[in-house]
Amino acid sequence: MALDTQVLVNGGPPATASRVNDLAFKIGTVNGTGSASANGLLRSAIFRMGIPVSGKNLFPSNIQGLPTWYEIRANRDGHTARTARFDLIVAMNPATYARDVEEVTTGGWVMHDSSWPLPRDLNRDDVHFLGVPLAKMTVDNFEGSRVRILMKNICYVGALAALLDIDMEIVRGLLKETFAAKAKLLDANFLAIDLGYDYAREHFDCPLPVHLAPMDGNEDSIVIDGNTAAALGCVYAGATVAAWYPITPSTSLVDAFTAFCNRFRKDPETGRNRFAIVQAEDELAAAGMVLGASWAGARSFTSTSGPGLSLMSEFIGLAYYAEIPAVFFDVQRVGPSTGMPTRTQQGDIQFAAYASHGDTKHIVLFPCDPRECFDFAVKVFDLADRFQTPVFVLTDLDIGMNDWAVPKLEWDDSYRPDRGKVLSAEDLEEASGAFRRYLDVDGDGIAARTLPGVHPDGAFLTRGSGHDRYGNYTEDSEPYADVLARIGRKIEGAAPHLPAPEVRLREGATIGLLTVGGCRGAVLEAVDELAEQGVDVDYMRVRAFPFHPDVEEFLMDHDVNFVVEQNRDGQLRKLLITETRVDKDRLASILYYGGYPMSCHHVIDGLAST
Amino acid sequence: MTHIAKPRIHHPGLARNRLGLTRRDYEGPMSTLCAGCGHDSITAAIIEAFWELEIAPHQVAKMSGIGCSGKTPTYFLKEAHGFNGVHGRMPAVTTGAHAANHELVCIGVSGDGDSLSIGLGQFAHAMRRNIDMLYIIENNGVYGLTKGQFSASADYGTKAKRGEVNREHPIDPVLLALNLGASFVARSFSGDKAQLVPIIKGGLRHQGFAMVDIISPCVTFNDHRGSTKSYEYTRDHYNELVQADFVPPAQEITASYEAGDVRTVTMHDGSRMRFRKVPEDYDPQDRDQVYAYIRDRQRAGEIATGLLYLEEVPPDGEGTHFHGIQGTVDEPLVNYPFEELCPGAEALEELQRRFR
Repeated sequence: MALDTQVLVNGGPPATASRVNDLAFKIGTVNGTGSASANGLLRSAIFRMGIPVSGKNLFPSNIQGLPTWYEIRANRDGHTARTARFDLIVAMNPATYARDVEEVTTGGWVMHDSSWPLPRDLNRDDVHFLGVPLAKMTVDNFEGSRVRILMKNICYVGALAALLDIDMEIVRGLLKETFAAKAKLLDANFLAIDLGYDYAREHFDCPLPVHLAPMDGNEDSIVIDGNTAAALGCVYAGATVAAWYPITPSTSLVDAFTAFCNRFRKDPETGRNRFAIVQAEDELAAAGMVLGASWAGARSFTSTSGPGLSLMSEFIGLAYYAEIPAVFFDVQRVGPSTGMPTRTQQGDIQFAAYASHGDTKHIVLFPCDPRECFDFAVKVFDLADRFQTPVFVLTDLDIGMNDWAVPKLEWDDSYRPDRGKVLSAEDLEEASGAFRRYLDVDGDGIAARTLPGVHPDGAFLTRGSGHDRYGNYTEDSEPYADVLARIGRKIEGAAPHLPAPEVRLREGATIGLLTVGGCRGAVLEAVDELAEQGVDVDYMRVRAFPFHPDVEEFLMDHDVNFVVEQNRDGQLRKLLITETRVDKDRLASILYYGGYPMSCHHVIDGLAST
Repeated sequence: MTHIAKPRIHHPGLARNRLGLTRRDYEGPMSTLCAGCGHDSITAAIIEAFWELEIAPHQVAKMSGIGCSGKTPTYFLKEAHGFNGVHGRMPAVTTGAHAANHELVCIGVSGDGDSLSIGLGQFAHAMRRNIDMLYIIENNGVYGLTKGQFSASADYGTKAKRGEVNREHPIDPVLLALNLGASFVARSFSGDKAQLVPIIKGGLRHQGFAMVDIISPCVTFNDHRGSTKSYEYTRDHYNELVQADFVPPAQEITASYEAGDVRTVTMHDGSRMRFRKVPEDYDPQDRDQVYAYIRDRQRAGEIATGLLYLEEVPPDGEGTHFHGIQGTVDEPLVNYPFEELCPGAEALEELQRRFR
């Protein structure tokens, strides 16, 4: 949406040239007023029109009364990363009028509640103001303050449907699905949506030049958030024990796991649970429970965010050294310390890679969207079991809690868990007393383990204190170093078995643009935009640590590599410097860490300024 | 070294239980704790209890944290899996293991530092959740491995080896357990094996959290004059308030009731705790009364011991212990085949219709 699409006319805001299926708008409301369902309705309707769309909820760490925004971006080319340029803003919150009005692009529109006059100082002469008497309409047509507040939201959905040409049949269909069992509510919603729609049609030129039109971009897609997708992955991987402590933004992962377990994991005859979910007293205990359950043979996980991961690091070290499989989902938020709990960041990359004291190094997976959250949530259990070690899935608030349109999740019914080297009673019988817990029999750095309760010959004492290859306590130099060196080899050996990076090469490119996780959309958009400007760059997205051999190869192949990530210190870049042979002069950083999802302009501006 | 191997050859005439195992089969390697340490006597009582209960060692999970107490699971049941984790976090690890496989017989051995200082939160929450485990605190009032600092169970006014007097108030695990709803609460003394063995047996068979606080004098750092956790002080102030026997399910109570015989409490597997002697005005099933009584005896300078409180498990056994609260299936979760846990491709397809 470059400035050259705007045609200046004398007096008043410039007219905006017609643009279809390439727009972004934003709704500013107050949290706790029920706007989430209205906003979700808009996003779903656009999705069902077949237009690639994303919905991002920018919300406060608060229950009621503070400003909150919902941003919707629809883009026919599939560029749905966050953008900072909004064609239209629905200003429902007087407390943020000033800042909301400022964010509209020149020639754009501000929809406001004209039941009251807009404060004079908010006027901008380069944007259009669309007044809709939302409060008045709802007061005139509905009874009860709660209903009026809710219906005011549905009214603006109706007005937006008219302005942006959103298919009203789809909107009505969605309302019918939502309120199938509540006829009275459905009638109210129908009335509210028509009030807004009709008002806009009567008073404005509908649709606006920037609007939507049906296309066929979403036939094989779904809308899902990363926490839901990861939870589903845990169910499909066969996880039976979850232990956690509530923390934004990871809470909805366990909430979703609970809901899916209740749906899929109830014993059909007794109605009892084929799962156990423990809300622990803190993250230390949650991690301990995961270790205990994994040690006993269950697939077990926890879900947390940065502050929780800090508390878990004691147990992470134990799991690493005693070689206990354990799965950690870290839905990153803004740190350090409490930071900004409802804002997004990639600030835990370095910490997760080496969490806990002593020599440790951990396998970390970096999904980029909910689809990969699902796939990696299955993969992570296989990796933890196979390498008998803690494994982390690092997502972030944007991936975890926002709605993404992604290709449908797929499942192969022939999948069976890779439980790694676990000796059965028969194996132990056959071994006739030869089992020793930390003996590297196969030469791959991975020793066989046994589960309690299986066979007397499998017994050993799991300990975080110094131990030798036989599992005995030791304070002797060589037997201790022998075990620690083997564990190091084991983790290094995992690299080729981890997800390879995603790479997109362009003919003749000498610049590498690499990134991680949820920055993918913004970076790919930048790659396209740069290509339009005649600059060819190669793209790589790192998907796991320790780094796959392809990562180093890519870095070596480029004179300069720009590492795009969401933290202050260039944590991925530092890891690349430490863990590959690439010269650090070949690695430059493009950083954004303000707490909102990365946008294309961060990448372009970052490149321009280096 | 924390252990010394013992010879594996046993005397042929040793008594065997119904599993064909001798007491030696329930031992571990030799202890490396100080000679005379109370903990070793507790280990001996644990071995006796497991042997008498005829529990197969490999079905047991031995859990511990850090400290002298944390070392002790090495010294019993060598054919059981053990987990010597991090300081104060044994309850969480046990909770996870028990969640995954409730058929494991879980015994946790902790100390006063492990449970009442660094691990106080986890200790408390394991009781709230009523984890099905025997939880032993080997309580000596000091940190041994770091050479004699007061622990949180050190009594007000007790003297350290170097003469320093404790001016902080103690945390009493028995009163805490009564407060937090523990369903089996006992106090004993490492020097009283006759009392200890039936309590350990009862604790192992009790469905839910069995908290056993055992005064276990530290011969090196806390066995001097002026200490309230010494052998001498404990013996002088010892009051065997409650005497209770463990009666296994199959066995009938044949002995005639002695004077003072008060009641028999049946546990979920049919075992019973038979209270032989309790004070006249004492009801071991009345939580509030037990609490008041113990407080009263403490004020009188006594160490009241025995199975002090026992809650009867409701007939259906559900809803009170961890798995009852969780509503889990009877089969341990670890035994569930993957096919019964994964909903499959068709269900995923169906589910995703909601995501459009």
